[in-house]
Amino acid sequence: MSTSLSIKDLQVSIDDKLILKGLNLEVKPGEVHAIMGPNGSGKSTTAYALAGHPAYEVEGGEVWMDGVNLLELSPDERAQMGLFLCFQYPTAIPGISMANFLRTSYNAVKGEEGEDGKKKPIPIAEFRKKLLEKMDLLKMDKSFARRYLNEGFSGGEKKRAEILQMTLLEPKVAILDETDSGLDIDALRIVSEGVNSMLSSERAFIVITHYQRILDYIKPDYVHIMYDGQIILSGGPELALRLEEEGYDNIVKSITQNGNGGN
Amino acid sequence: MAATVDVNLDDYKYGFSVPENYAFKAEKGLSERIVKQISEMKNEPGWMTDFRLRGYKHFLERPMPQWGGQGMLNTINFDDIYYYIKPVGADKAFESWDDVPEDIKNTFDRLGIPEAEQKFLAGVGAQYESEVIYHSIIKDLESKGVIFLDMDASLREHPEIVKEYFGTVIPPEDNKFAALNTSVWSGGSFIYVPPGVHIDLPLQAYFRINAQNMGQFERTLIIVDEGAYVHYVEGCTAPTYSTDSLHSAVVEIIVKENGRCRYSTIQNWSHNVYNLVTKRAQAYKNATMEWVDGNLGSKLTMKYPAVWLMEDGAHGEVLSIAFAGKGQVQDAGGKIVHAAPNTSSVITSKSISKGGGRTTYRGLIKVAPNATNSKSNVLCDALILDDQSASDTFPYIEIENNNVSIGHEASVSKVSEEQLFYLMSRGIEEDTASNMIVSGFIEPIVKELPMEYALEMNRLIEMEMEGSVG
Ligand SMILES: Nc1ncnc2c1ncn2[C@@H]1O[C@H](COP(=O)(O)OP(=O)(O)OP(=O)(O)O)[C@@H](O)[C@H]1O
Ligand SMILES: [Mg+2]
Repeated sequence: MSTSLSIKDLQVSIDDKLILKGLNLEVKPGEVHAIMGPNGSGKSTTAYALAGHPAYEVEGGEVWMDGVNLLELSPDERAQMGLFLCFQYPTAIPGISMANFLRTSYNAVKGEEGEDGKKKPIPIAEFRKKLLEKMDLLKMDKSFARRYLNEGFSGGEKKRAEILQMTLLEPKVAILDETDSGLDIDALRIVSEGVNSMLSSERAFIVITHYQRILDYIKPDYVHIMYDGQIILSGGPELALRLEEEGYDNIVKSITQNGNGGN
Repeated sequence: MAATVDVNLDDYKYGFSVPENYAFKAEKGLSERIVKQISEMKNEPGWMTDFRLRGYKHFLERPMPQWGGQGMLNTINFDDIYYYIKPVGADKAFESWDDVPEDIKNTFDRLGIPEAEQKFLAGVGAQYESEVIYHSIIKDLESKGVIFLDMDASLREHPEIVKEYFGTVIPPEDNKFAALNTSVWSGGSFIYVPPGVHIDLPLQAYFRINAQNMGQFERTLIIVDEGAYVHYVEGCTAPTYSTDSLHSAVVEIIVKENGRCRYSTIQNWSHNVYNLVTKRAQAYKNATMEWVDGNLGSKLTMKYPAVWLMEDGAHGEVLSIAFAGKGQVQDAGGKIVHAAPNTSSVITSKSISKGGGRTTYRGLIKVAPNATNSKSNVLCDALILDDQSASDTFPYIEIENNNVSIGHEASVSKVSEEQLFYLMSRGIEEDTASNMIVSGFIEPIVKELPMEYALEMNRLIEMEMEGSVG
């Protein structure tokens, strides 16, 4: 079976400080992986490094997506290949309307190549219809389309807008970085339903979270525990429940005592 | 002959020129004889000749400003400029494009003026070198008493109004370049809007320099009578030459009680033009004056549109955008003088510098002793796109009474890595992403423009962004 994403011994530093210290993860199409881990363990660093943030220096290791060396691609090329990151803290960009941004992004990722090799933009009316459909699904007010990108959005609204982008771009691999934090109970359900509606045998999800709650909605196939820049333990959904009961400290202790690092 | 010759086009789309075909071209340089010659050729009344000479005298006496772009200013060779060039056939402004000499008409066709006129304008004036070659207004407005003429024609046809207002807002002695303009002015627009008349579509003037080493000195006077409204738009381009040209205009505006005037400029001079313009308006009781000033192109621009709030309740606004690329200095801003109680003003300035360009915000808010209960707010933001580029802010504030509210906010920012990464992580290429951030930055001003001009403005900024990459 082919892999969606294959991460081998990935080492990443920020400002010369090594954060990821040999990360290994195999993700296959149709799978849902949850990554849990204490604050500062390197979860967001993993997400940023995969998406190609220029501040995150790859010191070693490999990342392959559909047989392509992801680390050689610029962030826009990675997105065009079908990688999508739901940001933990989405950036606001004043003066650019959501609708304009979404259409530009949509054309860049989904636009079909014409005979001249350039991507053909989707007709505005057609895009508008699609956008309104997706907004409706996520119960977002139409007025968001006219607002400036993430500007003045509440924490939860930002997260919803991230999911909106994901549903439009239909990625092959989606990384959700704490999409559940900041969402109220109804919003968590709506967003999770949005994600679940996208589950397919061709698409993989990496769900980064601190809480079991979102995993009640989005059922993971695998749960990984990240600690100090590595995945130190992997298991099935039951691992998240065990974590909830025992806490990181005990699990980390039991692993280090057994001398059982990595997965 | 209508064949066009492209001279050093690089990325500037309007850098073409056509062969010179002139009825009269004054010798290079400025002298009393040339000033008199211009006045004579135009058959002007004696008072105007005297006025010109007054300007000329002051131009000679007045030292060059030693601020702003003084480094560049000091290199202007005033003897190497043609002060007056009259194209063949420019004895008067035509009212039909069919009558305009072919090579000039072709130029304006390439600039899209006749097309824009048909689509969304109430009237158009087109100036080529020193003379206005075309001027027309929709008949309906004419019958309401609106006057829209080139400045020379208005001096012939409405000498009494011109004499009453000409040089009253900006006297010849105001500054060195206003003095220069007064001495050799030619062309420009005259607008009179009668009481209560609301002109829905914009009136537009387009200024084109074609000749090398040309000096263009148009003069515009706008009078908006009580309760009337007009939106006037000016655009300007020139060929790209290796030698410098000079554009030094004077614009005077009077907005009477409850009137409103909006003056929008989309300046897009080639990078060899010195653009040294004086613009000032007087707003009377409860009147509103708005300058929307888009400064792209040129080598050096020094321009600070001003509003004098003359009577109770007057409101003044300056919205300014400047883009400085390689080798360019944009020294721009606005001036507001609160000369009466309960007056209010806003200056919003957004500047972008790239590829070694330099932008400066220079603004003045002055509040007179009697201007109690006045409000003013200044917001200037600079966006710097790389390490070679720079931006300065000089906000002058002179307040002579205590009962006022003045706000000032300034910010300087770089295109943030986070914003760029966010857009790129959505599949958007780097160039497109930084264009988006820049257009988002100027959006608060661009959205004030009619849609056609907003699109034009965004397109021009995009072209400048590409042009200054190499
Ligand atoms: N720009 C930066 N400069 C210096 N250190 C950084 C930077 N960004 C992240 N770090 C450090 O890298 C480590 C990992 O951070 P990361 O954001 O990946 O953690 P996380 O697992 O996502 O945590 P959380 O659960 O709090 O979101 C932390 O110690 C953090 O302080
Ligand atoms: Mg994180």
